[in-house]
Amino acid sequence: MNTLDIVIRLVYLAAATCFVLGLHLMNSPVTARRGNILSAAGMAAAVAATLVLLVDSGTVSGTGWIVLGSGAAIGTVAGWYFARTVAMTAMPQLVSLFNAVGGGAAALVAVHDFVRLTGAHAQVPTRIAVATVLDVIIGSITFSGSLIASGKLQGIVTSRPVVFPGARVVNAVLASVTIGGAAFVATGADSVVLLAVVAAAALASGVAIVMPIGGADMPVVISLLNAFTGTAVAMAGFVIGNTVLVIAGALVGASGGILTKLMADAMNRSVVNILMGGFGTGDSVSAVAGPGGQVRAVSADDAAIQLAYASKVVIVPGYGLAAAQAQHEVRELADLLEERGVEVTYAIHPVAGRMPGHMNVLLAEANVPYAQLKEMDEANQEFGRADVALVIGANDVINPAARRPGNPVSGMPILDVDHARSVIVIKRSMGHGYAGIDNELYTDPKTGMFFADARKGLAELAAAIKVLVGG
Amino acid sequence: MTDLTIFLLSLLVGFEVISKVPATLHTPLMSAANAIHGIVLVGAMFIAVTADNLLGYALAFVAAVFAAMNVVGGYVVTNRMLAMFRTRAKVGDRR
Repeated sequence: MNTLDIVIRLVYLAAATCFVLGLHLMNSPVTARRGNILSAAGMAAAVAATLVLLVDSGTVSGTGWIVLGSGAAIGTVAGWYFARTVAMTAMPQLVSLFNAVGGGAAALVAVHDFVRLTGAHAQVPTRIAVATVLDVIIGSITFSGSLIASGKLQGIVTSRPVVFPGARVVNAVLASVTIGGAAFVATGADSVVLLAVVAAAALASGVAIVMPIGGADMPVVISLLNAFTGTAVAMAGFVIGNTVLVIAGALVGASGGILTKLMADAMNRSVVNILMGGFGTGDSVSAVAGPGGQVRAVSADDAAIQLAYASKVVIVPGYGLAAAQAQHEVRELADLLEERGVEVTYAIHPVAGRMPGHMNVLLAEANVPYAQLKEMDEANQEFGRADVALVIGANDVINPAARRPGNPVSGMPILDVDHARSVIVIKRSMGHGYAGIDNELYTDPKTGMFFADARKGLAELAAAIKVLVGG
Repeated sequence: MTDLTIFLLSLLVGFEVISKVPATLHTPLMSAANAIHGIVLVGAMFIAVTADNLLGYALAFVAAVFAAMNVVGGYVVTNRMLAMFRTRAKVGDRR
């Protein structure tokens, strides 16, 4: 090992350290940004070191440099452009898109290595062959699966679960072709054609896995596929014998795994159930009988007066707010109330919006102070002191039925909105949430339903407060 | 063997580091992790070294486009999300 090699390895080690520390700094909103910058610095160092290594080795042909340079330039511009211009509400599908291309790149690295080795008529060592097939399978599933997930959130692909007769047979065939082909390649059948068949079957599997899953489950799926990409990248590291790829890939594999579990838990779902596509399509949901009480509809004026004369209001933003992009309207309403001396806080359910933390990002975009955002446990202590809980487009995460066994939301952690003195719900209709069951909170005598789109409803409330109480 | 050891230990570090992150930061965290696996760009650079025919160059090119998009887009979008976590005092005199 010459000096340059040692230096390069030290830089890789430093980069890996930056990744770990960067993730560690994500523990707190205060240090999170620094963490990301540290991680980016590690990345830049690793790429720069690799560049130095390539230049020094002198083995890259002129064409190789042009190919690499133009490819990297195109990818950089595209990534930069998308990242700068995407709307905050479209963030999840963009992350999924970046995840897709990452998985695709990881698979291509292994494919290239395999093509080169077999082209040179060299025997591919078993450990390399095993890593190659794993990389190609995982990377391909991630690539096609993430693209479908992204398309579902963007509305390009239908967000409804797509199930067709014979799907199980098709899946079984795809799986056996993938696994069978992989077994042949791993045990020494050095055939590029066979690897291509495996890749094609894995790509089709990715589509087949994600298509039957409904749009509301996509965050969990994206998170799972993110973990997959990490693992694929680690496998690519095994193939080309590069430690920093192994470390970074494994880190992401583990983090994505944990995150997926946390998301699924917060939605009271198991990852297996989501992948089997069993929820939201079942027939057992109608078994829950609500108390069947009267729904009390309120006007904007009534609701405005109730809010304006409260001393403490807890706002519960939900999916409806995210979908209507009403984060600015809610902040304007909150500002109006605060000017009148009303204490305003936000109760954030872990899966409010489209992903854990998504709601915080949306509200932060509208300059809602971080200190006003309360996570579930903290928020639940505040409802007892609140005069009004203002629920905006949330449903399942506030359904008191979750406290009882025997229904689809049983055991799901919820916000105790019913502990507030009164409740105002802004909602477009009495439609069901994702779990497809009635919400007894809506028929509670202390609940007023204000039927409106989140954005328009909030604007009407703010206008009514200004007119009626001269905000 | 060494790589396998490193792989396993890195997995454990990943579990330990991640499990402490509060739910509020999960979306930015997913995005940050997404950016980190953009390290595959280094892999794409290495395959450009050994490419010597049309297929090889094509694979290297697509891998480079994908990986660069992953890493650059990943970090930029994460930074954009995190830039929003700030206190109102820093934002200025809004109230």
